Amino acid sequence: MEMNAGNGPALSLRGLSKTFTEQKTGNALEVLDGIDLDIEAGTLTCIVGPSGCGKTTLLRLIGGLEMPTRGEVLFEGAPVEGPGPERGMVFQEYALFPWRTVLKNVSFGLEIEGMPRDEARRKADGYLETVGLTGHYELYPRELSGGMKQRVAIARTLAVEPRILLMDEPFASLDAQTRNSMQEFLVDLWQRTGTTVVFVTHSVDEAVFLGQDIIGLSRRPAEVVSRFKNPLGYPRSRTDAGFIALRARILEYLTEEMSE
Amino acid sequence: MRKWKIISPLAALALWQVLASAGVLGRGTPSPVQVVKGLYTLIATGLPPGYHLQGHLIASLGRVFTGFAIAVVIAIPVGVLMGYANVFKAVMDPLVEIVRPVPPLAWLPLAVVWFGIGLGSAAFIIFLGAFFPVVLNTISGVKSVDPHLVEAARTLGARDRTILARVMVPGALPSIFTGLRIGMGIAWMTLIAAELVGVKNGYGLGYMIMAARDFARNDLLVAGIVVIGLVGFLVDWLIRLAERRLLRWR
Repeated sequence: MEMNAGNGPALSLRGLSKTFTEQKTGNALEVLDGIDLDIEAGTLTCIVGPSGCGKTTLLRLIGGLEMPTRGEVLFEGAPVEGPGPERGMVFQEYALFPWRTVLKNVSFGLEIEGMPRDEARRKADGYLETVGLTGHYELYPRELSGGMKQRVAIARTLAVEPRILLMDEPFASLDAQTRNSMQEFLVDLWQRTGTTVVFVTHSVDEAVFLGQDIIGLSRRPAEVVSRFKNPLGYPRSRTDAGFIALRARILEYLTEEMSE
Repeated sequence: MRKWKIISPLAALALWQVLASAGVLGRGTPSPVQVVKGLYTLIATGLPPGYHLQGHLIASLGRVFTGFAIAVVIAIPVGVLMGYANVFKAVMDPLVEIVRPVPPLAWLPLAVVWFGIGLGSAAFIIFLGAFFPVVLNTISGVKSVDPHLVEAARTLGARDRTILARVMVPGALPSIFTGLRIGMGIAWMTLIAAELVGVKNGYGLGYMIMAARDFARNDLLVAGIVVIGLVGFLVDWLIRLAERRLLRWR
């Protein structure tokens, strides 16, 4: 919260709409329709919604990888006009550079900033420690498990010191056990770094485990249909009565919205 | 499995020796033993006498590497740009597609007019032979780079130039190597053909085997063919060696 106290929310979406035009047919596909949303600095917010509803598009607009058809994305008060290292993205597909070692993946952003090699290496070292990956520096991505790949990707993003972390279903392709431990790891990381996190998932369970705020999107074209405050503290337990109750409430609410 | 690989060449060699010794192949065809002796003659005496094999090798390799190096230095950046920027591809594509189907050797007479007989004209047609496979494979390599990697690089602060140099080139490298190997194969073929028809005297492996024909020395002729094959194999092996070292991440 102290990161930009008194300056309003870290992230504001104002009437954000996105329509894609299919190149072959010329058909318009309306994906997002007038999303209004404020996200405070330092919070961990989860965005849930049915698959294909436009959650990923929403995150890509915040990341600057897509431009809105109408409306705007304001990051710390300024409109987003393209991608930038202050808004770090973590992809479901990891997107690690296969020709770079673990260490060189993490130091990529630092190298292109022009940081001297030794310093970049030291800093990358530190971030690999942060994500709990020491001693794997010289491995190539193909030699890593899914969970390790995603830790490297997170370290690579953290290394350029983003002020917001945008995560697009980062744990969706991991096995259940790894996914659970990565969720615990993320909560711990967020608490240690205090970075604002926006986390897109199709899993209500994951959203309740992670989020302070849980934003529910409707079917396409997506609108914000509900916003839940998660009263639970950390660490959370999936067997806790409060956890089960909140999860049931969100599921019920979403199911209702979807069936309309 | 390695040892199985030598069976078929050895068997062919043995069969060749037996048939040649039995006189089945006719007088004009030398036996493997005669070819090895011929190889020694090429090194010790030279063909034409005084023109040693080493000199022919150096001349041919010099021509190939000059033309090939120029082709690679131009083809990789052009290919990367054509793969990355659709506008550049639209501009360059017609030119590439018009020039590409012309066999490099068809340029030889014009090349001689432009550069005279010698390194210049040989390098020019080798350049033409090697350029297109490298360009086309570079383009397809760039196009095959995972778009997520480009997006990841952008969100880490990379701009176009960094993306070209640090994402597109390394990402396209496996495909670029395919282009280099094909390009080198064509360069070698083109060179020998050019030396067969274009070089009237002096040094060059193609010229050397033509001289063997003129001297009616079929042992030297076949020895020359063997040398040409071995050098081609060796050069390809060197490229594969570089490929293995640079693409360890695969």
